[in-house]
Amino acid sequence: MGLRKFVDKIKPTFSEGGKLGFLHSTFEGFETFLYVPNTVTKRGAHVRDCNDIKRVMIVVVLALVPAMLFGMYNVGYQAGIEGILPAFWFGFLEALPNIIVSYVTGLTIEFAFAQKRKHEINEGFLVTGLLIPLVMPIGVPCWIVALSTAFAVIIGKEVFGGTGMNVFNPALLARAFAFFAYTPQMSGEAVWYADGTTGATALEQLATTNQMQWSAWDAFWGFIPGSLGETSTVAILLGAALLLFTGVASWRIMLSVFLGGLAFGYLFDAVGMTEYPAYYHLLVGGFAFGAVFMATDPVTSAQTNCGKWIYGFMVGAFAVLIRVVNPAYPEGMMLSILFMNALAPLIDYFVVERNIARRKKLIKNVK
Amino acid sequence: MSKNIKLCKGLDIKLAGKAEKVVENVPMAKSYAVSPLDYENVTPKLLVKVGDQVEVGSALFFDKNNPRILFTSPVSGVVSAINRGEKRKLLNVAVEPDQKQQMKELKVVNPAKAERSEIVEMLLASGLWTRIVERPFGVIANPDATPKAIFVSAFDSAPLAPDYNFVLQGEKAEVEAGLQLLARLTDGKVHLSARKGDEGFMAEVKGVEYHTFSGKHPVGNVGVQIHHIDRIAKGDIVWTVNIQDVAIMGRLVLSGKLDMSKTVAVAGSEAQKPCYKRIISGAAVESIVGKVAAGVRVISGDVLTGATTAADGYIAAGANMLTLIPEGDKYELLGWAMPRFHRFSVSRAYFSWLCPKKEYKLDTNLNGGERPFVVTGLYENYLPMDVYVSYLLKACLVKDLDKMENLGLYEVLPEDLALCEFVDPSKIEMQQILRDGINLMIKES
Repeated sequence: MGLRKFVDKIKPTFSEGGKLGFLHSTFEGFETFLYVPNTVTKRGAHVRDCNDIKRVMIVVVLALVPAMLFGMYNVGYQAGIEGILPAFWFGFLEALPNIIVSYVTGLTIEFAFAQKRKHEINEGFLVTGLLIPLVMPIGVPCWIVALSTAFAVIIGKEVFGGTGMNVFNPALLARAFAFFAYTPQMSGEAVWYADGTTGATALEQLATTNQMQWSAWDAFWGFIPGSLGETSTVAILLGAALLLFTGVASWRIMLSVFLGGLAFGYLFDAVGMTEYPAYYHLLVGGFAFGAVFMATDPVTSAQTNCGKWIYGFMVGAFAVLIRVVNPAYPEGMMLSILFMNALAPLIDYFVVERNIARRKKLIKNVK
Repeated sequence: MSKNIKLCKGLDIKLAGKAEKVVENVPMAKSYAVSPLDYENVTPKLLVKVGDQVEVGSALFFDKNNPRILFTSPVSGVVSAINRGEKRKLLNVAVEPDQKQQMKELKVVNPAKAERSEIVEMLLASGLWTRIVERPFGVIANPDATPKAIFVSAFDSAPLAPDYNFVLQGEKAEVEAGLQLLARLTDGKVHLSARKGDEGFMAEVKGVEYHTFSGKHPVGNVGVQIHHIDRIAKGDIVWTVNIQDVAIMGRLVLSGKLDMSKTVAVAGSEAQKPCYKRIISGAAVESIVGKVAAGVRVISGDVLTGATTAADGYIAAGANMLTLIPEGDKYELLGWAMPRFHRFSVSRAYFSWLCPKKEYKLDTNLNGGERPFVVTGLYENYLPMDVYVSYLLKACLVKDLDKMENLGLYEVLPEDLALCEFVDPSKIEMQQILRDGINLMIKES
């Protein structure tokens, strides 16, 4: 094959000792993207499952596509553009710069770090790079996206040692950074729907007036303002179905987040702190998006099956708690997940300690 | 009779090239070899030199760590080569057979009447002691120790594994005699586990604690069975013996002769005629499968835990099968994005779940690059034990001995993690990490 021959021909240039040897990791990243390498098993199991991290990540990216496409259409719809295609085209043009900026910034940093560490390039950012524009309000300036991405990748991920070692979900960290550093642009009553159009989000309305101007069905289908990817519950559920079917995301976490949210929603409804049905919480804001795509991040969530139930439930519960009790931050999902990211190792610690205790009990039984 | 133990976790990988149930007698090979590399933690010290005459049962080398443990020749003949690798590391001792199968004098005792120490001495002298595996750590049993129990699995659930009911047909007396001999070595019980519904004569064997198991691989792994029968706690020692080696021990007791012949399965998509072969332990690969084509990997054992064996090498001592599969040293354009109907995956991100009965022709490609631990909750589905795989492996990686012990290092051997390694999308070398952890523990304790 011509392409393979070409790759083989330029390979020595990029290998150790070659002219462009310092770009070794970058070359390797592109090569393994093009071709599954010819590496054979040396030790351990001689045959391996054909699944790899690239496939896992690409499934998540695919799962994000419905939410992204609907989000683009909704941007146009919210801006008052008539017709499906023109509205979508409008939203597409609004969203595209953010997506490009997020990928370019993040991947550049990832490549540089991989190069420096002489590591292979990890695929994790393929997902993070798409998540970041999806959790940002659409009109956010590109430089904020770039700055938040850089912050998330460097402080959130690389300082911990890269993919697999990070404590916090990088995409949420990017949003949190933007949220606290540039609050007026990110939430409150003046979020950009699109260039020049602003208004209060459904969450903001619920928090301040206990009602919203949209129906629950509007919120379910997604015809409400909000961040690019988070508005349409139905599009998110499509992605969730793919993630659950392929087993990429944990059903335990997803289910328990929704359970936690509902439980606390009903609790606050029962004690009269809210005057809207509990299921509203699942439909508005970033709740569904967070539950499906953020809370289930395997690296930053709890890792034990039992821990996942606890972690998920608390993510949902805290999200509603923050929304209802602390009106200064109407969007509780982001903070809740970040908070639970920090607590996840602690939950796992106790679950694993129980395993150790069972093992230690064996010794006592023997004696 | 105890009740059946049903395990839900695990995976049966369906591979092409299952051995047909026909036994072919293989003529005497040109060369046989005994290798210290087939065992863990053996430091060999040679007892012979090239040109020496040896008999069946003559010691070729011993283990410096425990000089009572002898490694003996399976055939009579002349020591033809002592093969060494880097830093003069002993690879194997090759013996050219003289076809006579002259036996070395062995004091064979009746296990029912003899002292325990006499039985131990007989097994040590014959070299059959090396077939007893000690847990924790999976090393050759320490002759000075007394195990709390001995476990024998009567079936192998690994891909393409030999069917021991078929392999051992007509050897019921030998299996029984072997198990009776083992019963004298422990103060506790001898546990024999068979597959429910495919028990053969195992159910009729007397003098053992009999169990049945059902489920998917690794249900046949003796380590998994121990976990469900009588878990290993800190300080416990248990021994395990492969069922075919039990029969060889029984043969020694019944006939008074050391006969190292055994039936092995030749399987895999590249095996020209997958079937069973009657060989003598340590035979040259070429004598068993003939010339091996280029681009084929020969594995002593199954595809998950076996050892790569050179085409001009020898079958490993403990192996009861040879698997031949294609090497996968080819590039695949955008493979990770393709549907890949011909490849197998437990993940429904691919399509092999659509045809659960299909037999796959898997090659040795790693199918990706090594990555850090990313996915969670996957490994636990393929190890039917109360062990947190990733936590144990991370403890091994950071060499935290206390944690390794607490998280179950004594209960698992690399073979038990082989399935986790197979399914892992991060392609982490779990068996090697665990082996390194175990070796570190041996060194420190």
